[in-house]
Amino acid sequence: MTDVLIVGAGPAGIRAAETLAAAGVKPVVVDEAERGGGQIYRRPPDGFSRPGRKLYGSEAGKAADLHRVFDALVAEGRVRHLPRSSVLGLYRGQAQVLGPDGVESLHHDRLILATGASDRLAPVPGWQSAGVYSLGAAQIALKSQGVAIGRRVVLAGTGPLLTLVAAQYRAAGASVEAVLDTAGLSTQLAGGLRMAAARPRVTARGLAMRARLGGTYRAGVRLDGIDAGAEGELELSWRDGRGGAHRTACDAVAMGWHLRSETALADLAGVPFDWSDTWAQWLPRADEMGRAGGGVYLAGDGLSILGADGAEIAGRLAAIACLADLGLSAPDPLRDLRRMRRMRRFADGIARAFPWPARAVRALPDEAVLCRCEGITAGELRAALPGSGQDANRAKSVTRVGMGRCQGRFCQLAGAEIMAGACGVGPERMGRLRAQPPVRPASIEALAEPRGS
Amino acid sequence: MSRFVRLAEQERPTVRFRFDGEDLSALVGDTVLTAVLCARDHLRPAEFGSERRAGFCLMGACQDCWLWQEGGARLRACTTPVAEGMRLRSTAPMSWPERSE
Repeated sequence: MTDVLIVGAGPAGIRAAETLAAAGVKPVVVDEAERGGGQIYRRPPDGFSRPGRKLYGSEAGKAADLHRVFDALVAEGRVRHLPRSSVLGLYRGQAQVLGPDGVESLHHDRLILATGASDRLAPVPGWQSAGVYSLGAAQIALKSQGVAIGRRVVLAGTGPLLTLVAAQYRAAGASVEAVLDTAGLSTQLAGGLRMAAARPRVTARGLAMRARLGGTYRAGVRLDGIDAGAEGELELSWRDGRGGAHRTACDAVAMGWHLRSETALADLAGVPFDWSDTWAQWLPRADEMGRAGGGVYLAGDGLSILGADGAEIAGRLAAIACLADLGLSAPDPLRDLRRMRRMRRFADGIARAFPWPARAVRALPDEAVLCRCEGITAGELRAALPGSGQDANRAKSVTRVGMGRCQGRFCQLAGAEIMAGACGVGPERMGRLRAQPPVRPASIEALAEPRGS
Repeated sequence: MSRFVRLAEQERPTVRFRFDGEDLSALVGDTVLTAVLCARDHLRPAEFGSERRAGFCLMGACQDCWLWQEGGARLRACTTPVAEGMRLRSTAPMSWPERSE
């Protein structure tokens, strides 16, 4: 029997597991949550009562279907589900999996990575203050805990999540003081036309949601800084499209610039990476089925940011590729491949409509904190350039930017942009930070005494 | 003062826990992060700056929200459910063992 390991139980991981199980393969699915669904269709803990329509809006049907499919696969023993578990590292066909009872080493012949994405963050002076969150965090707080991150909330950055979180917070009765989009309207229009051509209904739904935000929403803004007061209150300074200065008082700020693929495990699995100008980030290389070579397959936002619908398709395709490579009979992928191309055109429009704020990051003041884990400033990184040269990994060794608790997840894109800005070149010239195991913190006790040793 | 505001799901039973020596209460199903921030405006002091920290990503990726327990072990507040009788601290419960000269 071939061992297939799937990492992640979001839309991609669930569809991959379903496709494998239908062909008689029983995969192991490792996921950090208690129950399957991923971040997008994350389920609240037991004892919560809001219906799916409240939690997932127009996508409630898709969420319910994925939850039902995955729960049935687990209940029928057709997949082995390891909940509340993280893969720490990958080495010679073994995955080190940290779960509630310690570390277990799992052998696998084939590996399907469906690790998703997190917010793509750009630093704003003061972003290290208590009460500043990612946009994803603001959504998780509401969706899985029924709380708002503050009494008076400001949402900032750009991307589909900005409008979505604003709409969800207002619908839940939170006070949203301002929704500040760093993308200008003309940029959004250029990308939006591509989005509408690929998926007119989804685009129209987003526009309607945006329209309901009214004057709270401002496009083309610049974020100058966040000041924290002694009592935990915040004030966000920003400029509108004409340069007019504003200060908005609040007690929580959530920000994000669309998404960044979570690629640490793909890196440890030996997958090569390419710089994407469209996404302004390094993305793993795979064929259109998600085949990355060496028995590794990638699916969902961890491969390319196509969103939840694209992730379901990508999960099926990766499993089909895996089955075909094992010489087992697999479903015909043609229809999914065609739908995938449409998802790619739509995602490409999103990337153009809501771009990474390269100029603002390059202009970050020297005294602004870049690495929020260890309080390292943009100026410290710039000052290290004579020693580090144009090399993100050397700059990390010299300055510790990217070496802190988050392992560079939230600062590495900005760090490369700042170095590139100082050198007058593109950020891809700085190279890519290498992932280092363990990719999640683990106690020495858990690592020293693996289960079954 | 609290940072978070409860907007829904408030009909759950109460859990009591201790944070920095003070008795607080939360609701069953709260994460430790939700439980503390519904009563306080931050989780811990920053180790590399003068500011305070209150978590950041809430999905186990940034590792900003680790708290101490009185027994010495740490936990990640955003992915750990609060439990009756937990004794939590924003800082280490004891100083590092000093080396004898």
